[in-house]
Amino acid sequence: MFIFSVIFYFFAFIIVASSIMVISSRDPIHSVLYLILSFVTSAILFVTLGAEFLAMILIVVYVGAVAVLFLFVVMMLDINFVKIKEGFLSYLPIALLISACLVTELIIIFISKNKLLPEIVNYSDLPDFSSKSNTKDIGNVLYTDYFYLFQISGLILLVAMIGSIVLTLRTRPGVKKQNIAEQVFVSTKSRIIKKKVPLRKGIK
Amino acid sequence: MQELLSEYLPILIFIAVSLLIAFSMMFISFVVSPKNPDAEKLSPYECGFEALNDARGKFDVRFYLVAILFIIFDLEVAFLFPWAVSLKSIGLFGFWSMMIFLLFLTIGFIYEWKKGALEWE
Repeated sequence: MFIFSVIFYFFAFIIVASSIMVISSRDPIHSVLYLILSFVTSAILFVTLGAEFLAMILIVVYVGAVAVLFLFVVMMLDINFVKIKEGFLSYLPIALLISACLVTELIIIFISKNKLLPEIVNYSDLPDFSSKSNTKDIGNVLYTDYFYLFQISGLILLVAMIGSIVLTLRTRPGVKKQNIAEQVFVSTKSRIIKKKVPLRKGIK
Repeated sequence: MQELLSEYLPILIFIAVSLLIAFSMMFISFVVSPKNPDAEKLSPYECGFEALNDARGKFDVRFYLVAILFIIFDLEVAFLFPWAVSLKSIGLFGFWSMMIFLLFLTIGFIYEWKKGALEWE
């Protein structure tokens, strides 16, 4: 088991370091690349927990799609990032307060689990991953027990699709589009006309 | 747990070896290559004249639309995987619950097709 803890601390260190780089690097593109690195390493940590499905989805959805979307947004907005960084010190007290709250919550959970109240968090509910398949577990409950939540997620996806189309789709005027069906169904008679040309008169 | 993780050990070794090769290539070329920098060599080069503007031009908003439509169908496929794995145990109800889910997304798909969001120009 020693090698597992070595692997865990190695990748956890990479996550923390890359997350710090996300907020501190000067180039926003570099920030997004560090974000991708932290996504990949958290996928590896999911694998070490036995949650294979979540790990693969994290790579497919977050690294494959969300990070690309972040890149597009960064490229699209054309923000002056040096100007944004100027207000860093004025936001610092609020950020410290929020992070202090989060750290306190984490410490409370850690202490209560180990020393004060071991029964406050029921850790025995954690499933034993050695005998079960993670993907199958999710599939067994998601579509039947959590039917409404599943359908609501489908509706949210539908709203996202329609909303993004409504917000960003602009049809430019004056663009000629190809209608293949119309082209195929054209007959020669409507395109080619035979005419008798009288001598020295021409066609009008 | 240990068996599951030992199945992933080859991938870990693969990642380690690829990282080692990549970093050693960068490091060796950094150490071995001759470097005689001067001001002209270090200046940004654009076909002989000075750089006209920043390399980061703005993207068209339509790339964003394509990316977000991709994410939505990506998530739809992500929902299909566990459904396909446990289709035998969730029965007819699970099957039709996925069909309703697919119906919503098909409505959106028909909408975007008719709107012309899939066409580039």
